[in-house]
Amino acid sequence: MRDFKPVANDIHVSINSDQDIVAARQKGRTLAASLGFSSGDATLIAAAISELARNIVTYAKSGEIQLKELNGSTRQGIQVVARDNGPGIPDIPQALRDGFSTSGSLGLGLPGVKRLMDEFEIVSADTSGTIVTAKKWKP
Amino acid sequence: MEVPLLKQGDFLIATIQAALTDADLLHLRKALVQQVVRFRSRGVIVDVTSLDVMDSFASRTLREVAQMIRLRGAETVIVGIQPDVAFAMVQLGLKLEDVTTALDLEEGLAHLSRKSTNGA
Repeated sequence: MRDFKPVANDIHVSINSDQDIVAARQKGRTLAASLGFSSGDATLIAAAISELARNIVTYAKSGEIQLKELNGSTRQGIQVVARDNGPGIPDIPQALRDGFSTSGSLGLGLPGVKRLMDEFEIVSADTSGTIVTAKKWKP
Repeated sequence: MEVPLLKQGDFLIATIQAALTDADLLHLRKALVQQVVRFRSRGVIVDVTSLDVMDSFASRTLREVAQMIRLRGAETVIVGIQPDVAFAMVQLGLKLEDVTTALDLEEGLAHLSRKSTNGA
C-alpha cells in the first residue's frame, strides 16, 4: 500500500464506499464554484469526479480523489487526480473506447470523463494501480 | 437519505430531495416496485429536480426502475432533469432509453393522466 501524502491546499477525499463518491463530487463542485467556474461547468466537473470515484470503488475498492486549483500563467483551472492501488487497466486504449467494460456494467466511463474535461491522462500498471489526472480550465 | 413516496390517486410520486448514494438509489428502486404493487398504482413519477449530478449508476438505476415498473403494468416518468445535468449526461454518453421523461411534475402528471384516460 502506497502512502498518499497530503499536500497543502489540496483537497484529499478517501474513496472507500459509495458515500465517499457523493462526498468527492460535492467537494469538487464546491471548489469549482469557488474558483469561479459556471454552474454548468461545475456540474460537468462533479459528474467527472463521480465517475472516477465510482471506478475506484468498483475496480480497486479503495483509493483517493485529490482536488487542486491550477494557476497557469494565463488561465485558472481545476485538477482532479484519482489514485488507487487496484489491479490496473491492462489495455488503456481499449478502456478509452465507448462502450467497453470488463465488469459487465456500463464501462469505466473514461471516454465520458475525457469528454467532460479539457485534459486527461491515465497512468496504469499491474503492480501500482491507476492514476487518472484530469484538468478543466476556466473559459 | 430516504426518498419520500407520495400516493396521489392512481399514481405514486417519489421526490428526490438530496444527493443520493448508490445504496439510497437501490433502496428507492426496491421501495418503488413494492409500493406500486401495494397501491396498485398505474403510474410512477420520479422527480429528480434537486439532483445536481446524474452519473452512470444513477441513470442505470432509474432505467431499471422504469423497466421493473413496466413489467408490473405501470409507467414511469422521470421529471425535472436540470439543463446542466442533461448536458453532462449527454457528454458522459448516458442514456435513459425507453424511459419517458417530462419537464416537471405537472407535465409528468398530465402525461400519466392522458395515458390513463386513453386506456393505454
